Amino acid sequence: MSGVRLLVGTRKGAFVLTSDGKRERWEVEGPHFGGWEIYHVNGSPAQPDRLYASQSNGWFGQVVQRSDDGGRTWQAVGNDFAYQGEAGTHLWYDGTPRPWEFTRIWHLEPSRLDPDTVYAGAQDAALFRSTDGGQRWEELTGLRQHATAPAWQPGAGGLCLHTILLGPDDPSRILVAISAAGVFRSDDAGGTWRPANRGLSSEGVIADPDADVGHCVHKIALHPSRPDVLFMQKHWDVMRSDDGAQSWHEVSGDLPSDFGFAIGVHAHEPETVYVVPIKSDSEHYPPEGKLRVYRTRTGGNEWEPLTRGLPQSNCYVDVLRDAMTIDSLEPCGVYFGTTGGQVYASADAGDNWSAAVQDLPPVLSVEAQTLP
Amino acid sequence: MTSVRVRLPAQLRDLAGVGGEVRVGVAGTVTLRSVLDALEEQFPVLKGTVRDRVTAKRRAFIRFFAGETDLSNASADAVLPDAVAGGREPLVVVGAMAGG
Repeated sequence: MSGVRLLVGTRKGAFVLTSDGKRERWEVEGPHFGGWEIYHVNGSPAQPDRLYASQSNGWFGQVVQRSDDGGRTWQAVGNDFAYQGEAGTHLWYDGTPRPWEFTRIWHLEPSRLDPDTVYAGAQDAALFRSTDGGQRWEELTGLRQHATAPAWQPGAGGLCLHTILLGPDDPSRILVAISAAGVFRSDDAGGTWRPANRGLSSEGVIADPDADVGHCVHKIALHPSRPDVLFMQKHWDVMRSDDGAQSWHEVSGDLPSDFGFAIGVHAHEPETVYVVPIKSDSEHYPPEGKLRVYRTRTGGNEWEPLTRGLPQSNCYVDVLRDAMTIDSLEPCGVYFGTTGGQVYASADAGDNWSAAVQDLPPVLSVEAQTLP
Repeated sequence: MTSVRVRLPAQLRDLAGVGGEVRVGVAGTVTLRSVLDALEEQFPVLKGTVRDRVTAKRRAFIRFFAGETDLSNASADAVLPDAVAGGREPLVVVGAMAGG
C-alpha cells in the first residue's frame, strides 16, 4: 500500500512522520540533530530514500546531513560553501555596501533525475550545486555576480535564497527567489540569469515600486504539467505568471489578507492553489485568530476558506515559507507546519484537517514524499 | 608527536560521534592553531564548526579554555600552557551561553 513520509524541519531538530495511504495516523520519529535548527529536509524524487538536511545554528555554523535509508541513519557530508572569486557587496539594511557573508543554507532541492545532484540556496544569497551527493559544493556564480547584485538588500530574515524550482521538463531551466531581491531565471542550467519580476509591485517598500529587483518574494510554486504557470506568495500580494515568470499579475482577489509566506499547487488540478493568509508583516499570525487555508480552484482571485479541523479562535501561529507541501496521492494530501509546533494534515485536498503531530518546536519546513 | 586532550561541547561530540574527550596528535609546537588543525584532520566533520572555513577565525560563540585561562582571544600561534601541551589538562572548547 502506498504511503506518505513528511520531512519536518524545526528550530530544534528534524522529525520524520510516516503514514499509510489513508493518512489518518502518523508515526513520529525524531528529533534528529536535536538542538540544531533544521531549515530544510528534502528527498530525491529519483531515489526517495536519499534525503538531504540543512543543519545549522549560531554556535557551530552549517552542516549538511545525508540519509540513504529514508531518515533512519544520517551522515554529515560537505559544508564548504565558499563564494567563488571576489565576494563583492550587497546593500545592508541601512543602505551601505556590505560584503557577502555565508550564514546558512535555507533550501535544498535535489535533482528530479539524479539523486547525487542537489542544489542549495544560501544566505547571503547564492546558489550552490553538488553532483556527488553533497560531499563537495560549487557555486553557480552567475547569479551572485549578476549586474544587479550590488543593489540587493536583505529582507527581515536576511538576504536568503529560499526557493529553487527546477524545470520539470527542462533541467536547464532554473527559477530561484531571493528575499528581498526577487525572482531570477536561468535557461542554461544556472550559467546566466535574468531578473523575472515584471509586474511585481512593492509600493511603500522600495523607492521604485516596479523596479527590476528589490521585491520581497516569499515563495513560488508550480504544477509540473505546466511549468510556465507559476504562483507566488509575495510579502504582500498573491501573484501569477502564465509565461514562465516573464511577467506577473495579481490574483489575491477576495483573500482576507494577501500577506503570507507559503503557497502550494494541487497535485492533480493545476488551477487549484493553496495559501495561508497572515494578517500583516508586523503581526505574523492569522487574521481574526482563525487558522484558515484558502483554496482557489480557478487559478486565483476567487478563494474559499478551509477551516474544518483547524483552530478557529485564539490561534496566533505563523506558517513559514517552506512549511507547506502536497503529496501526489488521489485525492492529494495537503500539509503545513506552524510556528506553534503543529503539523496539520488533510487527506482530502484541504476539505478536512487534523493535527498529524502537535507540540513540536517551531516548524520551519515540511516536505511530503509519496511512497510506493 | 604530542598527544593533546580536547574536550568538545555536547553538540560537537554528537557530530563527531565521540563520547568524552578526544586525543589528537600534534606535530611540533602545541598552539591553538596546531591543535585545531589536528582536530579537524582527525574529525573532518568538525571543519567550519569551530573556526570559520574561510578566515580560520574562531566562530563568534565559541570559547577556548586551558584550565581557568580563557584563550579565546589569544593568538592562534601562541604556545598553549604546559598542562595542555603535556596532556595533564584538556583544551576545552565551549559553546558560549547565549540566546536568553
